[in-house]
Amino acid sequence: MAETIFFIVFALGALGFSAAVLIAKNPINSAVMLVCSFFCLAGIYVMLSATFMAVIQILVYAGAIMVLFIFVLMLLNIRDDEIEAPRLSIHQGIAILAGTGIFFTIALSIAAWSGSSSRVAHDTMSDTFGTVEPIGDQLITSYVLPFEMAAILLLVGIVGAVVVAKKRF
Amino acid sequence: MFGIPIGWYLTLSAALFVLGAIGLVLRRNAIVMFMCIEIMLNAVNLTFIAFARYHNDLGGHLFVFMVIAVAAAEAGIGLALIVNVYRHRRSLNVDDINLMQG
Repeated sequence: MAETIFFIVFALGALGFSAAVLIAKNPINSAVMLVCSFFCLAGIYVMLSATFMAVIQILVYAGAIMVLFIFVLMLLNIRDDEIEAPRLSIHQGIAILAGTGIFFTIALSIAAWSGSSSRVAHDTMSDTFGTVEPIGDQLITSYVLPFEMAAILLLVGIVGAVVVAKKRF
Repeated sequence: MFGIPIGWYLTLSAALFVLGAIGLVLRRNAIVMFMCIEIMLNAVNLTFIAFARYHNDLGGHLFVFMVIAVAAAEAGIGLALIVNVYRHRRSLNVDDINLMQG
């Protein structure tokens, strides 16, 4: 019962804060709402016994990536007159209608899937599932190539960001 | 009976993904559009983690690890691009960035 309550709180939190990201006029408010949404998602990861991923979510997403967003927003120092005017309401209507249609299509196909009502129970799983040890173990055995590729990707990302943001070559 | 049906997690993920997609279409501010992409990435991560739990397989967690690494690189480069565009155009509105539209 408690698990259901936690799920509903975190799910409504994630959805509500994500909706607030779209609605907020000021981009800084959007960024702060997004951080709150990431915290709610981290709570849901914990409920799925992905504890390491929950910590990474808070450290990297809410910590590093969103600080970068807020840093850029502060750096650009957007004046009030640049805060966007709302789009034409017909565009909004079409987008929301199409989005709702897509959502119900996905939701109906999930409901039709035979495994969708099977519960995520805690008795069939090993105690260490989702902790640092098995993930680190997999990362340097079966997944060592993707791991090294991620390292190269991040290196290229650093160099690319420096080159792109430079004023003169 | 304990546990939550996996369909709930998948439906939440679908709702988050659609929210991100709607935001990407509606908002014209480049940085807010970027944030909507992050919401969509997180929705996919949630699906990965729910299925990892469902199949009792850590592969999903490793995928999420890679997605977060790619999102970090993407945020770094994308924000550098946005800073550069703002320097030239003095605007973050993507409707003003039309140099390559025919």
